[in-house]
Amino acid sequence: MRNQPSISWPASDFSRIPFAAYCDPAVYEEEQERIFRGPTWNYLALEAELPDEGDFLSTKVGETPVVVCRDSDGVLHAFVNRCMHRGMLLCRERQGNSENFICPYHQWTYDLTGQLRAVPFPRGVNGEGGLPEDFDRGKIHLQELKVEKFKGVIFGTFSDATEPLIDYLGPEVVYEIERLFHKPIRILGYQRQRIFGNWKLYNDNVRDPNHGGLLHMFHATFGLYRLSQKGGAKLDARGRHNITWNSLGTDDEKTTSEGYEGTKKVYKPKFSLNDMSILQNRTEHPDDVTLVILSVFPNVVFQQIANSLCTRQIRSEGTDRMELYWTYYGYADDDEEMTRHRLDQANLVGPGGLISMEDGEAVELVQVAIQREQDKHAMVEIGGTGKIETQKSLVTEVPIRGFYSYYCELMGFPTGTEAAAE
Amino acid sequence: MSDAEVRDAINDLMADYCHYIDDDRLEEWLDFFTEDCEYKILSRENEESDLPLELLSCRNKNMLRDRILSLREANIYNIHFDKHVLGAVRILGKENGGYRVQANYSLYQSNQDGVSELFSVGTYRDLITFAAGKPQFKQKIAVADTFGIPRLLSTPI
Ligand SMILES: [Fe+2]
Repeated sequence: MRNQPSISWPASDFSRIPFAAYCDPAVYEEEQERIFRGPTWNYLALEAELPDEGDFLSTKVGETPVVVCRDSDGVLHAFVNRCMHRGMLLCRERQGNSENFICPYHQWTYDLTGQLRAVPFPRGVNGEGGLPEDFDRGKIHLQELKVEKFKGVIFGTFSDATEPLIDYLGPEVVYEIERLFHKPIRILGYQRQRIFGNWKLYNDNVRDPNHGGLLHMFHATFGLYRLSQKGGAKLDARGRHNITWNSLGTDDEKTTSEGYEGTKKVYKPKFSLNDMSILQNRTEHPDDVTLVILSVFPNVVFQQIANSLCTRQIRSEGTDRMELYWTYYGYADDDEEMTRHRLDQANLVGPGGLISMEDGEAVELVQVAIQREQDKHAMVEIGGTGKIETQKSLVTEVPIRGFYSYYCELMGFPTGTEAAAE
Repeated sequence: MSDAEVRDAINDLMADYCHYIDDDRLEEWLDFFTEDCEYKILSRENEESDLPLELLSCRNKNMLRDRILSLREANIYNIHFDKHVLGAVRILGKENGGYRVQANYSLYQSNQDGVSELFSVGTYRDLITFAAGKPQFKQKIAVADTFGIPRLLSTPI
């Protein structure tokens, strides 16, 4: 390992997270190689964004710009967005349709399979200049990621060692993706949020069912999500992915009041909205699950909050910055009224979400407070310590420990090395 | 009303709208809207791709009231001051009994340490109607060039 960052994971059950993991530039550099370019499947896009031959879009894997396209045979490809010549960003547009990619710098032209097709003035002029005799155009191909898709969700990996996508996701996640993408979808649009904190702090946030009913007062007050409701956190066998779920309307007044007793303004039973339609859930599934926050290691979250559906892609930008890229969708057979309902409920989440706006703030305020405390550790004990397993209550943060168990394995960090200092 | 009076009234409304947000008079600010108003913040990215998703949308005044209520009572967001800088107001013409109005804005946010950052730059595309000589927004639509929202979107643009 290149200059192994010195970082201590004192608890072998990952109930202590070193703050250095969120701040140390050496750790961040290592993550780009070992996590994002390691044996992981990274979310790239949705097939509905690339319906036709020649469609392409720009995305990110960690900090690496990647272009995804559909070739003339309908096959999906993903490449590092970089010309093989002198390294310029090959594709500058966010989304579009084209027969090829032409580098703006020197007009090198690649087809949609990533193969170099043309270089201007290959033989130079009047026998002078141009490419050398032994230059083999056929050997020049864009740096390609392996691509697999499941139910219209496109994932890519840099590593040959990555297990098949289905195995990587595991049956629990496969079930949820099949549920969320049970029929053709229609893209409604995008939101982008610039969060001033480490990309893992956001992964922690979405693996923390406990905060959902405490930080987000809107959630608790209007009953979309209360810690006293039926819900839990399902983990895959490896503990790296998490499915937080709940069912609204399954709590009783007594448990709720007692649980929230002593908290400041989290749960206000008398508070009401002028327009309650935004809270309405229109049943779309045979089950009674009204919220799913499915986090797949390392870079994506799939969301169902009532009828609001989206993916959230985590794009790291250094130790203390990230972009959260939200892609909202509905189903292709939604009528105009249902589409409007989904758009209304988009107000619940995103950077301006009535529920979720707090998350951007929480992540930043952790980053600010830990910067000079890198020898200390976050404490993760709610829901219990020791075994990392599926949780039957929302009052838990065990999925965070699951994330770090896999993270440390990929990073090669020794764990349980010293006694917890705090 | 004469053209000059209409022009003055529209300019005053556009200016007041900004100052009431900056002065944190959001409950009074609601009076600048008609009951059937539409208040939207759009991402230029979606707008140019004909995608319907908004960054924030209130399809009537009650939804707008709920936004303000939620800000006051339920949300935790970055502590900041807002400061709008409004560009020249263009009255594009009459439409549906009102006036189609456009103006560019920049919105700066300053934190508790007195550090100011550009939060959003974009264009208002509004529909202003008059009732009893008083102008109100029937539509207030901010199209944000800054669709990569820094931190979070709490107070109105
Ligand atoms: Fe949250």
